Amino acid sequence: MTPVAVMVGANRIVPAAGIIHPLGNADLSPEDEKALRRRIVEQALRALQTEVAKPTVFAHD
Amino acid sequence: MGALRVVCYVNQFFGQLGGEDKAGVGPQALDGAVGAARAVAQALGDAGTVVATVVCGDNYAAEQSERAVAEMLALVTAQGPDLLIAGPAFLAGRYGVACGALCAAVQSTLKIPAVTGMHAENPGVDLYRRHLYIVQTGGEAARMLDEVRRVVALGLKLARAESVGAPAVDGYFARGVTRNVVVGVNAAERATAMLLDKLAGRPFASEVPLPTFQSVPAPRLMKTLEGATIALVTDGGLVPQGNPDGIEALNATRYGAYSIEGKSGLDAAQYDNPHRGYDTSYVKQDPHRLVPVDVARELEQSGAIGKLHETVYSTVGVATTLAHSARMGREIAEQLRAAGVDAVILTST
Repeated sequence: MTPVAVMVGANRIVPAAGIIHPLGNADLSPEDEKALRRRIVEQALRALQTEVAKPTVFAHD
Repeated sequence: MGALRVVCYVNQFFGQLGGEDKAGVGPQALDGAVGAARAVAQALGDAGTVVATVVCGDNYAAEQSERAVAEMLALVTAQGPDLLIAGPAFLAGRYGVACGALCAAVQSTLKIPAVTGMHAENPGVDLYRRHLYIVQTGGEAARMLDEVRRVVALGLKLARAESVGAPAVDGYFARGVTRNVVVGVNAAERATAMLLDKLAGRPFASEVPLPTFQSVPAPRLMKTLEGATIALVTDGGLVPQGNPDGIEALNATRYGAYSIEGKSGLDAAQYDNPHRGYDTSYVKQDPHRLVPVDVARELEQSGAIGKLHETVYSTVGVATTLAHSARMGREIAEQLRAAGVDAVILTST
């Protein structure tokens, strides 16, 4: 839903893991799933520290 | 119904009291049609009589609006009218806002119709278009009689309880009301015709105008993360078991504030999810897949963030109207700000 977030003008956007489990993935092991979640949250924290002038997508690995 | 009793409202300029030097003058009711109200009387013809004209200075109306509206409402009430016609205010901002405020008060208190007219960029339009019929006018009074005729025509329809046409037909600003109508051509044919018009560069009118989104300047985080309080908010529908706030499964009008105080994570057994816009089974298995309390708590404990806010806000974001979304967002933001929160991570499905 990242394009929708850009369209409505959300300023700091981090793509997540999917609509049905944005901060997880049931196909991963519990450890890997939590590591994925942590990467997304840490990317959100980096986005919060970044100045933006328009809707900006902060991709993560 | 016989001739209608009509009261007009005009500002000091259109009431012929004077210009800016008279803008501080308080409300008064003058007998009959005065100043611009004479155009209303002319447009009414035999259909109605302007029994009084309420005149009020723009600065008086703008600087003490509640008092001004209350005083004008009393003057209007004393006339026992069937219809109020305010303005038209064209592009005059103070005047437009006062027209809107008085029309809204007259409608809700006297239960009689009220109608006004403004230019699209008059701030009174956005403030009152959802509450009132506001006829679209030009920016200046050059075509006063023509434009007053359209305001009066709509006012007469309302006063006679006749059906009002679509905004484009009767010339008023859309009020955000959806009405079912029967048309002779089916949706596929109408859409195809629109597409052909679009491809050929011809003008066409969508039946579903897209909402326009205001751009909001991005605030800067004024602290380092190590000193900041971070809150978690979601529109993915996480609620405690039993959905205590009764958050709707779609088209939500409510949100909940749920404490995570003392929790290092969310116990799936204690949570539910009424969201009807996605398959919630994965989030019900593990609420962290939506609201990352486990990771955020660890980041708090390691000192990466100053504090995790102890309240999580949640609503259901599916088929939720823009108006309710904006209101809920505003209310949640006010509460977060009052609680000293510096930044928010909003997780969305």
